[in-house]
Amino acid sequence: MKKLLGPLAGTALAANVAFADDSTLTIAYNVSLPSWDATVGVSAVNPTIQSIYKSVYDQYIDQNPDLSFRPGLLTEWGWNEDRSKVFMVVREGASWHNGDPVTPADVVWSLERAGKEETGNPIQFLWSTLGNFTVDGNRIDADVLRFDPTIFKWMAFLTAYVLPKDYYAEVGAEGFEKAPIGSGPYMVDEYVANSFVRLKRYDGYWGEAPEFETVIFKFLPDASARVAEVETGASDITLEIPYEEYDRLAAKDGLNGVTTPVSDIGMIFINDVGVMEDANVRKAAAHAINKDLIVDRLLRGYGVPIDTLQAPEYAAFTAETTVAYDPERSKELLAASGYSPDNPVKFKIQTTRGFKPKDYEMIQAVTGMWKRVGIEAEIEVYEIAKHFDLRARDALAPAAFYNWGNSIGDPSTSTGFSMFGPSPHSTWDTEDVDAMIGPLWGEDDEDARIAGYQKVDAYIAENAMVIPLLQFVQPIIYRDGLSVTPHVANFLLPQNVSSN
Amino acid sequence: MARLLVTIGSIFLTLLGVSVVIFVILRLVPGDPISMMLPPGATDEVRANLERLYGLDKSIPAQYVIWLRNVAWLDFGMSTQFRLPVTEIILDRLPATLELVLLASLIALVLAFAFSVLAVWLQVDSATLAIDGLAGLAQAIPDFLWALIFILAVTLFAPMMPISGRFDPRTAQDFATNFYLLESLVTFRIDAFAELTRYAVLPALALALPLAAGITRVLKGALEEAMAQDYVMLAQTKGKSRLAIVLGEALRNAMIPTIALTSVQLTFLIGGTVLIERQFSWPGIGSTAISAVINRDLPLIQGIVLVFALIFIMINLASNELYRAADPRLRTVR
Repeated sequence: MKKLLGPLAGTALAANVAFADDSTLTIAYNVSLPSWDATVGVSAVNPTIQSIYKSVYDQYIDQNPDLSFRPGLLTEWGWNEDRSKVFMVVREGASWHNGDPVTPADVVWSLERAGKEETGNPIQFLWSTLGNFTVDGNRIDADVLRFDPTIFKWMAFLTAYVLPKDYYAEVGAEGFEKAPIGSGPYMVDEYVANSFVRLKRYDGYWGEAPEFETVIFKFLPDASARVAEVETGASDITLEIPYEEYDRLAAKDGLNGVTTPVSDIGMIFINDVGVMEDANVRKAAAHAINKDLIVDRLLRGYGVPIDTLQAPEYAAFTAETTVAYDPERSKELLAASGYSPDNPVKFKIQTTRGFKPKDYEMIQAVTGMWKRVGIEAEIEVYEIAKHFDLRARDALAPAAFYNWGNSIGDPSTSTGFSMFGPSPHSTWDTEDVDAMIGPLWGEDDEDARIAGYQKVDAYIAENAMVIPLLQFVQPIIYRDGLSVTPHVANFLLPQNVSSN
Repeated sequence: MARLLVTIGSIFLTLLGVSVVIFVILRLVPGDPISMMLPPGATDEVRANLERLYGLDKSIPAQYVIWLRNVAWLDFGMSTQFRLPVTEIILDRLPATLELVLLASLIALVLAFAFSVLAVWLQVDSATLAIDGLAGLAQAIPDFLWALIFILAVTLFAPMMPISGRFDPRTAQDFATNFYLLESLVTFRIDAFAELTRYAVLPALALALPLAAGITRVLKGALEEAMAQDYVMLAQTKGKSRLAIVLGEALRNAMIPTIALTSVQLTFLIGGTVLIERQFSWPGIGSTAISAVINRDLPLIQGIVLVFALIFIMINLASNELYRAADPRLRTVR
């Protein structure tokens, strides 16, 4: 028997020894990375895989863990006085993983490519606002074809990655998928779709060298598998696990935990149809929800109740706008419209199930709270693709739960796009809100723009045109001996992990 | 020759029917890849542009004709999420799934034959009861739950057992094909074979247990029935041992219903890879299928469904041939 088990026992031992390798960081990651082109297609706008992209590629502008902006491949940027031109200064000393230098031509090519319809960049509408690029040394100047006050914030957001012009031309789109190179702290060593990616530290990286020589992202969409990986020591670190498991593992010897409120909120979209055209019904629905109770009981305290679409870390957050939990007021409002617990107002509420922590359970709790004041909501579970489809067609139910990420923390990418009628992502479309948001798209005074959105948020809260519930919290579990700096943008970056 | 032509014709028609059904259904259910990739701020023009880019702006019949024309040249289109040709993706990942299915089938057959023969040979009530109980338990728990149980068991009892991937991600693989297990076996790379088996054993076992239980029940029943036949009594009078009679006389006749059941169960087993591969991060076509569905990657879903359909057809054909081989009476039937 010993002979029979010999090879198996031997490899198991080897594996255990290898797991103790201090130069390798193994991350049990919650999603799989399908494509290496971070600027095109479905993956490019998937917030959950940006951690991997940010390990391999540089963005034009980077973000600190608290969401503040910092230089990326651009060291300086800005507009001229009348906002008709922009300038960007490209970092000196940055190089691609094949050793070639990163040049202003790469940056211009990346921006121009992103702005072309035929490349399929989903944010083409924004990148095409710049044109007529000129290069002088490391400085790039460009004309502002359509003014967008958030263009530089977007340079740290989705699809804002600089790709290598010459290499891409040499290998083509398919060749790039198979052998991608960037200018980030790690380069791709081996990638097995739906299984793992192994990254190697890039010694030519312009910034501070990350501590781990090798980083492995194991793609484990199943939460129980991620828990088992970190518990058995097969992985060093994991994230997005149930809060019950987080509490258990964080208390366990050899493991540590850190939680951070992140740039992702849970909200109930209100569609301005049927009974939701009645302000009393909407307001009653908003005041009847005890968000503190939901966070404390369902999420074990891991959540931050919010009353507007701005989380505390966002640029337009203000603690002055609040929506009180007041079920008695809800009853009065409903009574004014002829409804009561005996004669409830009825509508449908849609929700995902298992997509976000306790999403379905939260909506069950909400409908329970509503029932007490005279609202009878029928729950319909939908999947993500259906939500996107219905939202784009403005066909969501009168109430629909979903989440909204906004890692640059700008109000235009939260309140703006989710509440402005002409936006395909807006479920609420009324002239009053559109008239308030409309002028803010082109507002060039930043303080006035932020103040304008704060006014919009106050108006929306007062009229319950959307019901923000909470800011999600990212749980991270890691083994002893590591130090992890969490990122409010919901990233888990290997370059932010070190030994202590 | 005529039989071969009829077979090929029926395969072609079945695949054509499957392709029409899947193509139309995918375009009628809510959710499309364009909605999935629209970021905040995308305008209607952006949506229209992306629809044009991915060929979704045309009518369903027009899209189908274009797709079918390309499929005739083995071009299944480009995956919207992987941004690679669908044919290439399928060829790259199919071997991992086939190896997993093969290993699971082997485990299931070995377990089923061992327990069935043991039960009929021993003729002990307690052993039969235990085997029936185990088979009932194995069949009552679906494969994905077995997977979960194994993952939890590893955490508690066997932390050295891997629960994700096909091989150790810290090591580089130098195989000429994507059939790693088979290649390591035929090239006598025993260490590599053992290591790859260590990674495959839990997902394969999760798939195998319900299948093994089903085969055990049928084979055991068929063996018991065969043991009551006259030719078995004749063999007993000749002084043959019970084990020799079970293996030499009864087993052959018991094979016929077993083959029929195994072929049906095999198709379920292949379907089961979709969840099992995802749970164990097994880089096969099953896990690819589920991510394609989640991301509404229409060309990839269509390609994978056609490949699954082709595999099912081939299994049925193979089982027919095995059936004919096992039962001489069928060889003369036209």
